[in-house]
Amino acid sequence: MTIIDPTDAVPAPRSGDGDKTSPLLEVRDLHVEFKTREGVVRAVNGVNYSVDSGETLAVLGESGSGKSVTAQAIMGILDMPPASIPKGEIRFFGQDMLKMSGEERRKLRGARIAMIFQDALSSLNPVLSVGFQLGEMFRVHQGLSRKQAKAKAIELMDRVKIPAAAARVNDYPHQFSGGMRQRIMIAMALALEPDLIIADEPTTALDVTVQAQVMDLLAELQREYRMGLILITHDLGVVADVADKIAVMYAGRIVETAPVHELYKRPAHPYTRGLLDSIPRLDLKGQDLYAIKGLPPNLLKVPSGCAFNPRCEKAQDICRTDLPPLVPVTERDGTELPGRASACHFWKETIHG
Amino acid sequence: MPEQPPYDSEGAVAGTGMGGAMDLAASEATTLERAPGGPEGPQGPEGPGGREDAEGAGPAAGRPRSLWSDAWRDLRRNPVFVVSALVILFLVVIAVWPSLIASGNPLTCDLARAQDGPAPGHPFGFDGQGCDVYTRTVYGARASVTVGVCATLGVALLGSVLGGLAGFFGGTWDGFLSRITDIFFAIPVVLGGLVLLSVVPGNTVWPVVGFIVLLGWPQISRIARGSVITAKQHDYVQAARALGASNSRILLRHIAPNAVAPVIVVATIALGTYIALEATLSYLGVGLKPPSVSWGIDISAASPYIRNAPHALLWPAGALAITVLAFIMLGDAVRDALDPKLR
Repeated sequence: MTIIDPTDAVPAPRSGDGDKTSPLLEVRDLHVEFKTREGVVRAVNGVNYSVDSGETLAVLGESGSGKSVTAQAIMGILDMPPASIPKGEIRFFGQDMLKMSGEERRKLRGARIAMIFQDALSSLNPVLSVGFQLGEMFRVHQGLSRKQAKAKAIELMDRVKIPAAAARVNDYPHQFSGGMRQRIMIAMALALEPDLIIADEPTTALDVTVQAQVMDLLAELQREYRMGLILITHDLGVVADVADKIAVMYAGRIVETAPVHELYKRPAHPYTRGLLDSIPRLDLKGQDLYAIKGLPPNLLKVPSGCAFNPRCEKAQDICRTDLPPLVPVTERDGTELPGRASACHFWKETIHG
Repeated sequence: MPEQPPYDSEGAVAGTGMGGAMDLAASEATTLERAPGGPEGPQGPEGPGGREDAEGAGPAAGRPRSLWSDAWRDLRRNPVFVVSALVILFLVVIAVWPSLIASGNPLTCDLARAQDGPAPGHPFGFDGQGCDVYTRTVYGARASVTVGVCATLGVALLGSVLGGLAGFFGGTWDGFLSRITDIFFAIPVVLGGLVLLSVVPGNTVWPVVGFIVLLGWPQISRIARGSVITAKQHDYVQAARALGASNSRILLRHIAPNAVAPVIVVATIALGTYIALEATLSYLGVGLKPPSVSWGIDISAASPYIRNAPHALLWPAGALAITVLAFIMLGDAVRDALDPKLR
């Protein structure tokens, strides 16, 4: 195995903030389908988003909204078949990854783009020590020897603040607590200092105090390495602290994008509003907690028009017939709100009303 | 990722058509596959503190415990394992050096003493040809152990490589291989042996080994395929892929160690049944043939005289039964050790 020069795989080198023409990662009109016995499930229907170096994009949505599938498509770890990507581009430093060969993509994975998985216990191999699994990154991508890889693994474990790293490097995943395991997952993702990290619900399996520690660690390391971060979550609390911008997904589409604080202040889509209203609040103690009625749509038969219409309180006839495009959101007087867009026929009423 | 694989959990390890002991083996393989948490081991959840308990003077002392070191620790304490391992060790020793405990020559026979009972120096008596039953029983171990070990190695290698690749890559290759295994399962073992081996000349163990490998690999292949498919669903395989591991690394480093347990268990139990199969074929006159020494041949030769000289039949038959039992018990103990949740 040879040492892979990071400039080999993709022409643009890691550039602190140099090349501004193409963002770190740009997803354009991505479609993903799954062929099942019951028919074709359109899990992702034209998703667009982009992430820059040092930026955190939070992708928000219920289960089955397509957020994880989008991430897996970016990583190139979808099982194809049954999945297929009929349309779309995933540009990494301007290069379409969907057009690369399997081997080129494999070299990007881990080295340039890494992923943190939701359940750290099941994402770590039970029969291999964590030191081995961490070291594997260096051995696969940089061709280091076992010994060098182990030294690097200890360094990484220190990095993610695992106490007594040198003593624990030969321990097995089941000997670590949940938070420590998630730190190991983060260490694995960080190992080769990738340009982009995709974190798929990194804190869902953890309790609240550990959640905060893990998120802080992630944010700190991200700042340090100036990585782009895609944070997939359904936890609005997690998002508020770390994200720069938010994309809300519903039924395989992005229904709203906004800078993080804008979104919390003034949602421009009824679905986002519903999500925000269903956060428990101390000042409304004792009242019934709001919940969005109904269930996420069955992706085999997405409702016509706006997919959210059966659950939407504002739904009119037009919502049942016409699919609302993702349009820029403006102030009442027409001034643009940078980074904001909504896919609702009644976004004006929602944001200003 | 769905927690339960979309495959029918009953179907991942299918029946083998090999009869009782093999179905037992297959059912054990299934239970092994069903416990993805198995590797946590009995001390799994207790975390770092758990390592401070009595480590003993074993080779794993002071080191973190993996599935295999846990399993080894369990095995050493399991009397079933100890007894069956000692029996097997003894069998292997007498297979390699039969003269250690039997000074005579198994082919030296004295017709004048045919069917005689035990006599000084001849504790098991004499068979129908006047040969010493004790010497022949001891020397018969060699054929049995050779056939059992070689056939099992061949079956395990061929079956797990083919089945593992089919399970990992899936698709056409998998479908093709599955149909081939179906065809092999449709061949009745004894009938197939009678037909195939009767046309093979020579009087060595190798045609028998070859025949058993030929008919035995589909069984291991199915089990390996099933357990690779199960292991493939695990998140850590996807995680390894997401971190840039190649297919070969994923298969060898991440899937194989997690999928090998059922194969080991079934192979151990199968070893016993292969020994029995060798005896069966030799009994029917198509396995080893005289002047080779084999329990099957001796049982066959003694069966007409069972009323006059039962000892000539019972000793080799008993040796055969104990050997097969030892391997099945060993497989059972190994399964228990690899899957502690089942106890």
